[in-house]
Amino acid sequence: MSIQLENVSYTYGVGTPFEKTALRNVTMEISSGDFVGIIGHTGSGKSTLVQMLNGLLHPTMGQVTVNGMDIRQKSKAAMDMRHKVGMVFQYPEYQLFEETVAKDIAFGPRNMGLTEEEIEQRVKEAMEFVHLDYEEYGNRSPFRLSGGQMRRVAIAGVIAIHPEYLILDEPSAGLDPVGREEIFSEVQRWHEEKNITVILVSHNMEDISRLANRLIVLDHSEIILDGEPLEIFAKQQDLLHRAGVSVPPVTEVLQYLQGRGLPVEDRVRTVEEAAASIYAGVRGNTHAH
Amino acid sequence: MLTDITLGQYFPGHSFLHKLDPRAKIMATMIFIIAIFFAESLPAYGVVTAFVVLNFVVSRLPLKLIVKSLKPLWIIIVFTMGIHIFTTPGIVLWQYGFISITKEGVYQGSLMTARLVYLIIFSSLLTYTTSPIVLTDGIEHILNPFRRIGVPAHELAMMMTIALRFIPTLLEETDRIMKAQTARGANFTSGSILQRGKNMIPLLVPLFVSAFRRADELATAMEARCYRGGEGRTRMNELSYTYRDGIAMAAIVLVTGILIWMRWFI
Repeated sequence: MSIQLENVSYTYGVGTPFEKTALRNVTMEISSGDFVGIIGHTGSGKSTLVQMLNGLLHPTMGQVTVNGMDIRQKSKAAMDMRHKVGMVFQYPEYQLFEETVAKDIAFGPRNMGLTEEEIEQRVKEAMEFVHLDYEEYGNRSPFRLSGGQMRRVAIAGVIAIHPEYLILDEPSAGLDPVGREEIFSEVQRWHEEKNITVILVSHNMEDISRLANRLIVLDHSEIILDGEPLEIFAKQQDLLHRAGVSVPPVTEVLQYLQGRGLPVEDRVRTVEEAAASIYAGVRGNTHAH
Repeated sequence: MLTDITLGQYFPGHSFLHKLDPRAKIMATMIFIIAIFFAESLPAYGVVTAFVVLNFVVSRLPLKLIVKSLKPLWIIIVFTMGIHIFTTPGIVLWQYGFISITKEGVYQGSLMTARLVYLIIFSSLLTYTTSPIVLTDGIEHILNPFRRIGVPAHELAMMMTIALRFIPTLLEETDRIMKAQTARGANFTSGSILQRGKNMIPLLVPLFVSAFRRADELATAMEARCYRGGEGRTRMNELSYTYRDGIAMAAIVLVTGILIWMRWFI
């Protein structure tokens, strides 16, 4: 089970003076169970890439298959397959439209043709996932919630479809640190418990290094790096800088210390691990003296 | 996709027509549109045709753009042709029952159609070679003298500029919301008209909410930068006439002169 891209290219505005290639000859595979981070500076083709994964955009050239099914087809099976790829857009709260939170979350399941009981079941489960109380918030208007709560309702609306693959495009943009932490810990829990494949598009290297087990770096419409995040951060700083992205702050600090001669391990994901690494390094250093 | 729609008709370029001052272009277009109506004889139509072709060549636009500009109006063009062909009395060329085609009708119809086509082409040349923002600027300048009789020139221009500025933004927004709802299984392309109308709700509600939000934010942002109408406002890019505008105006006046001469003095 995987999403496969074969020699995929995408060009906007073909045949107009505003023609622009957003993706050039991309071949990759996202396997079931992965937690993939995608980074790249603005305009590198990230958004175009993820929109191809569930058929919102069809490649100008090449082919996208989900679990072996070409999603360009118009057949019922291909449409159903597209529902297996859930997509949370940037600022998803701007897509809310229903009178109540529960109805809005039910939009996806209802379009899938589920029974009323199943729909209610899924709405409750999705709201639980985003930490919103069904009794308290279910009947409220989504437009009267705070920004963070609206974001959670929107994410719940995608979760309720029960996607096998979940694409998140900058899910933490504009959220406070607490809201960000909550959303990421829930996504991670879902990834682990239900074995959901997560594709996270982000500018925040810290989030990606903490969560993802695979990192894809885009630059000028092409994939320039693809591999284990810590490996990339440790070895490919030059390429990363050329692509206009930087290593996470913790890695940067540790690499600076290394440069100054302190023997610290720079392959760490969190601040805690970094602290431990520095501590070990300093101790090792004093022992040596 | 929606974002493929190019805004307005502007086709970027560096031709003589592109570089003209918008005021000159607007006025020239208005004068020529009036002048076209002076043409009645075949030679006069020859002059008009030559001038339109000359402008097209100078504009360096692809021919398919011109064809595209005529497309939305083909019904009107065919209708005009038909009315003239079938209703003008004269020498009958072909008859079936009460329907008849006359020689005068064909002649008159062809001229009227040509006139209409030239009108469309000429005004399209204006919008193809002038970006909407510059065009608005030109309109504001031309309307300025009428401020004394209560024409809110600046306000009109500002509204047009803002509207134009937000068309791509709202199109982008529409595209995004449509995709987001499509990802949740919404269907915007099939079903009966009633069903399709109902299906638009998940698109229209967020779109309106966001349009109002944007309008509100824009108003605040403008006020925060001390905007309070056109009184005493200066601009960053002043419009200025160059020798090109002189040439263009001279050409228009010359052609109009020839057409008037052909109409009344020959």
